[in-house]
Amino acid sequence: MSSAMIDLILQATLDTLYMVAVSGLISTLVGLPLGVMLYVTRPRQILAKPVLNQLLSIITNIGRSIPFIILMVAIIPFTRMLVGTSIGINAASVPLTIAAIPFVARLVEAALNEISPGLIEAAQAMGATPWQIICKVLIPEARGGIMTGLTITAVTLVSYSAMAGAVGGGGLGDLGIRYGYNRFNPTIMLITVVILVVMVQGFQSLGDYLVRKSDRK
Amino acid sequence: MIELSNVSKTYFSNNKGNGSHAIHALKEANLIVPKGTIHGVIGLSGAGKSTLIRCVNLLERPTSGTVTVDGQEMTSLSNAALNRARHRIGMIFQHFNLLTTRSVFDNVALPLELMGQKRHTVRERVIPLLEMVGLADKADQYPAQLSGGQKQRVAIARALASKPQVLLCDEATSALDPQTTSSILELLRDINHQLGITILLITHEMEVVKSICHRVSLISDGELVEDSEVGDFFTAPRTQLGREFLNDFLQLTPPKELIERLVDTPRDNTHPVVRLTFSGDAVSTPLISRLARECGVDVSILQAKVESIQERTLGLMIAELLGTPTQTQQAMTYLESHQLQVEVLGHVQRND
Repeated sequence: MSSAMIDLILQATLDTLYMVAVSGLISTLVGLPLGVMLYVTRPRQILAKPVLNQLLSIITNIGRSIPFIILMVAIIPFTRMLVGTSIGINAASVPLTIAAIPFVARLVEAALNEISPGLIEAAQAMGATPWQIICKVLIPEARGGIMTGLTITAVTLVSYSAMAGAVGGGGLGDLGIRYGYNRFNPTIMLITVVILVVMVQGFQSLGDYLVRKSDRK
Repeated sequence: MIELSNVSKTYFSNNKGNGSHAIHALKEANLIVPKGTIHGVIGLSGAGKSTLIRCVNLLERPTSGTVTVDGQEMTSLSNAALNRARHRIGMIFQHFNLLTTRSVFDNVALPLELMGQKRHTVRERVIPLLEMVGLADKADQYPAQLSGGQKQRVAIARALASKPQVLLCDEATSALDPQTTSSILELLRDINHQLGITILLITHEMEVVKSICHRVSLISDGELVEDSEVGDFFTAPRTQLGREFLNDFLQLTPPKELIERLVDTPRDNTHPVVRLTFSGDAVSTPLISRLARECGVDVSILQAKVESIQERTLGLMIAELLGTPTQTQQAMTYLESHQLQVEVLGHVQRND
């Protein structure tokens, strides 16, 4: 294999990592509070706001139901407005982030669901404010579950980022399609797939390690 | 210290089809717990015990009525003031409710953190508390590494961290084995004794009431049906439910084969079977032999038990009175005149 080819693979690997990192980070920053909101605004919860809860839930469901490939194309004008272009890794990171936010939110909500209601009651009995309950009870107690959710998100983002190639997004998926599929180069195809497999394994192992470290149960 | 007046709590559940459906968990409950006492509320599950205790610190907001703790009307406070008032009320739970991701030390420190206290003041408060509950060596362990009794000790230390005036115990020993239960009860008694903290506890176990409470209320179907000194409750409960709890606790029910032979109404050749409850002076009086001498009635004792309830002694006996109907009637009157409680369980066929 030529050194130009190796450079190409290396660059594509970095591109994929970049897209996963950027969209993973931003979707966590937005999805985590959204997931907490979905949980605490439920009826009979510490900040019960049934109407707001319904609204957030519907928005989240809409975000979750649009197929990624359609979402990617549909929000091109928004992407262009945000990063000035509709191709490349920065452009691909926008739909990846948008798709991952509701995903993270639901996983965070599910993790919070696992907390015993008794813990919230105990904190209320101690005179904790809703904000204190969120920061000192809910998030720390759900840490293991949230970590599991973020691992799932990272792995999902790796496979979604491969689709970004369809809109000229760059990364391993793009490389695999253009060189491996369109130019019928099975070696490139195999290499990109192997790298993706290793990457997913890596994220999963790292996630498992962090979950183990944070779990005291 | 704690005063509930006309507290009611009604839940509305929306049943599909037949509209909203009201559940009266608490009906016009009145309760006064004086400073420094231990008050128990006993009842069957579903009787409204949990709702009652949660109304004290407003984890459940009463539908009507007022709750006053330490002279402060809880029901009229703003959210911020309510949270401050809750710092003066500790609470422990059946399932401990410790945070799994915090060490023992950090669990006890939590209420102080919530109050915004400085790190070193927190430390100065937490260490002596852990020493008091006997867990100073476990400060760096996590709840999952502790036994049930140790977890409840941590929960007690946590509840006391904010120096409360009142401690609420929600079935605090129901998940523990008998030995651990008695050690936890001992700890609660010490806390009441040494720190003068008023304790309100709910339980379904007479043992808990017997060993630490000063007064007891009986709750049934959302209503407080009985309220008395523990000694009185154990010697002479005023309600049927109270008697059931007592008999259950003392396990003094007639043998099964006797129950099968019992008939409700006396006949020519039957003897009455009675349950005698006696306390105070009656315990030390030789009443049975006097009965034989003075009324000519022989007494066949089927079961007997003496219990000491705090400073009082309680005797219980199930006996068959052997004699003519006039004699046995006389005997019962005689016993009642000596402050014995006589309950006729039925009549049994003569064997001879």
